[in-house]
Amino acid sequence: MSQRKRLSNTQSSSQSKRQSGASAAQEENDDTTFTQPSTSQVQRGMQKLTPAQVDQKTAEVVQYFLVKDQKKIPVRRADLVKHVVKEYRTIYPEIMKRASRTFDQVFGLKMIEIDAKNHMYILINKLEPGDGASPIKSPTNPKMGLLFVILSVIFMKGGVVRENLIWNTLKKLRVDPGEKHEEFGDIKKVVADEFVRQRYLEYVRIPHTEPVEHEFRWGQRADVEISKTKILEFMGQLHEQDPQSWSQQYREAHSVSGSTQPGSSSR
Amino acid sequence: MSRQMGDSHRRFLQTMMANGIVDEQGARTLYQYCCETHNTQHAPDKLDDFIDAINSNLQPMFMQIRKGMSEDNGHQFYALVNMTETVVTRMSSDYADNELELFRKTMDLIVVSENGTASSTDVLNSADTLTTKKLKKSETEHLLNRLVHDKWLCENRGEYTLSTRCIIEMEPYIRAMYQEQIKVCHICHNIAFQCQICENSTCGIKIHNPCVARYFKGRAEPRCPACEDFWPHEIPEVRRPQSQSRR
Repeated sequence: MSQRKRLSNTQSSSQSKRQSGASAAQEENDDTTFTQPSTSQVQRGMQKLTPAQVDQKTAEVVQYFLVKDQKKIPVRRADLVKHVVKEYRTIYPEIMKRASRTFDQVFGLKMIEIDAKNHMYILINKLEPGDGASPIKSPTNPKMGLLFVILSVIFMKGGVVRENLIWNTLKKLRVDPGEKHEEFGDIKKVVADEFVRQRYLEYVRIPHTEPVEHEFRWGQRADVEISKTKILEFMGQLHEQDPQSWSQQYREAHSVSGSTQPGSSSR
Repeated sequence: MSRQMGDSHRRFLQTMMANGIVDEQGARTLYQYCCETHNTQHAPDKLDDFIDAINSNLQPMFMQIRKGMSEDNGHQFYALVNMTETVVTRMSSDYADNELELFRKTMDLIVVSENGTASSTDVLNSADTLTTKKLKKSETEHLLNRLVHDKWLCENRGEYTLSTRCIIEMEPYIRAMYQEQIKVCHICHNIAFQCQICENSTCGIKIHNPCVARYFKGRAEPRCPACEDFWPHEIPEVRRPQSQSRR
């Protein structure tokens, strides 16, 4: 338990750092101290370690990813190296290769880099939803319904919307951003902070506006996890309309290259 | 050596990860569902074999799907457990330091108690003795609700017990931490919290309530299996797993 405690310590401190956002510049510095080791460096590093040591480190990386995935928080390479990989950084590429293989072969998950600049990774589900309903109902996160509505609005409006449109839409659905919601709590925090940290949404300031205004776009996680085809089907049912009648959206939903097209809407 | 897994195994594992614990009946139907979804062979009597294949692949990650009994109704459950203390675990990501300390104090109270329970009053009182960061009364109540919601504790009329999932997952830890105080069921040899105790002071063996029900079922005069003294407690009825309703 003392070990657990210590680890939770390091974790919460890294999380609060991210929340404040003020030390973003310093975080970037953290990452520049890590340079991807070369193939020959990895080979030499592997020779110094026993297979059991490499397996142990791989297991720790897998666990770290699984814990982060429960909250849908992307894993930053800098955090991963600093808190988990540590002195094994010379064989980082080999450990990531093995962790990725484990997710694929054991868990049916795929590890993907959603942000090549900041080196952020997430897990997505490789298994399609089954035809029949599963006999075991997994607990679902009610916030995902809220997210689906917001992503639908953004998609139908051409990919980017001013924040007021989102707040007004939610208000019409009796989810008033000005009030504390029974299920979701602080709506603005969930939408403009939590969904953004999870990389479901992007929330960017519109330049030269007074007072300050922001706009929403799809985040990188939404791009790989949420199927636009499914959103159009949902809109079609809602409006009793053929999804093809939204020709631009229909083209976009079906134009995405096969390799990155998400099969399942979400887990 | 790890055995080959298919998508049916992976789907089963994903469901276990999302739920933490599933009863035996649920695991059987889930096994069938996963096999049918991926068109693989399903043999009703091969559930444990199917789970062994998953476990052989989970072992390098120090995870396991483990079977255990509910102290409430005697039914079998399968829980996905984490066997390591050196890496981040599910709980440490969900709870703050002082919250984990309170959980440990609650566990202390439950382990040293006669009947495997801790009253909410005692838990609230122990919140005053936290060394990390004190919790207010309302915060403690909120935390207890979360621990129940996350299936670590069970609550019944203000009395808290360790959940089946908690006992299955924490058993090695509890055995190591509480060597002296630990009670083991005379029938099934697993840790016993909620149990009946032989009143012969030189004997004093413990038996889980569901094990009592099974052991004494159909015996005219209940006697202690260890010392042969009369067993003075009320014998509970055997609770059958609810078979799925077929209409």
